[in-house]
Amino acid sequence: MRFLILIFPKWVHMRLKVNGEPMDCMAETVQALLQELGVKAQAVAVEVNFSIVSKKDFGAFPLKEGDQVEIVNFVGGG
Amino acid sequence: MEKDGQKDKLIIKGIEFSSRLWVGTGKYGSLEEMAQALEASGTDVVTVSVRRVDLKRTAESLLNYIDLKKYKILPNTAGCYTVEDALRYARLGREAGLSDMVKLEVIGDEKTLFPDVIGLLQATETLAKEGFIVFPYTNDDPIMAKRLIDAGAACVMPLGAPIGSGLGIRNPYNIKIILETVAPRCAPLGCPVVVDAGVGTASDAAIAMELGCDAVLINTGIAGAKDPVAMASAMKHAVLAGRLSWGAGRISKKLYATASSPLEGMLL
Repeated sequence: MRFLILIFPKWVHMRLKVNGEPMDCMAETVQALLQELGVKAQAVAVEVNFSIVSKKDFGAFPLKEGDQVEIVNFVGGG
Repeated sequence: MEKDGQKDKLIIKGIEFSSRLWVGTGKYGSLEEMAQALEASGTDVVTVSVRRVDLKRTAESLLNYIDLKKYKILPNTAGCYTVEDALRYARLGREAGLSDMVKLEVIGDEKTLFPDVIGLLQATETLAKEGFIVFPYTNDDPIMAKRLIDAGAACVMPLGAPIGSGLGIRNPYNIKIILETVAPRCAPLGCPVVVDAGVGTASDAAIAMELGCDAVLINTGIAGAKDPVAMASAMKHAVLAGRLSWGAGRISKKLYATASSPLEGMLL
């Protein structure tokens, strides 16, 4: 298994919790996760393990096994 | 104050509001209806809530229906019952990148949705220090209004009545005292007072403005009406009328009649 991982790291899914739901993802960064989920980065905010990730860091912010990710946007409210 | 109300702008922390009617975006039958109601209301500031992105994409995105060139976005912390949650939602709302303003709610009770004013004061202080423009949703308590302004709030938003109740301005005298209490604390411009919650119909909005409030925030009163677009228009006119009436200076109330027509020249 370790041998396979070294050769084909991209085949290995990572288990994250995204918006409360367990999810297997290929993405290694916040930006890649948003792309994988088809979420436009424009008016969203992201937390990883209860800390806000700034938009400018989406591309560089690494995700690891077990991370809890929250992706929020605006909905109607008073 | 200009008589036509056109140059009577509301400015809070350098942000200019062309309308004194602020409108919520929740509870409409559809997003199309919401967009039409916003248009009819003449507002330029709308409240929104921070929630998880719908990853299954069952609903359309709110922002597809809100022209960001036309409307300022005021994120709220609705649904937060603790200071920690309110801070978290406020920070996420700002991080979304559309506004440094926050309509701060720290709710104390599910049935009344009355604010937990102790938590509200703490959250106001923290967020103001972080550079937020804080609009706290508070009780109609003049002392708390004073404390919130002193903690760095940009305005105060006392409730007229419980959220969504449509009971109108239940304690106009307290709203009046709030206006007098906070005014000297932010001279020379004054501290804006925005009635938030409870406005059920046009006359309620007019009463708030006649008292001297700077603006009124309405969601359910418009969205829950049988015809939200017509009600949005009614509220727009009520706010304008109330504001003009306040500026015009009403007559004092008297117990007995005073004739409008001259007594001189009457036939004997």
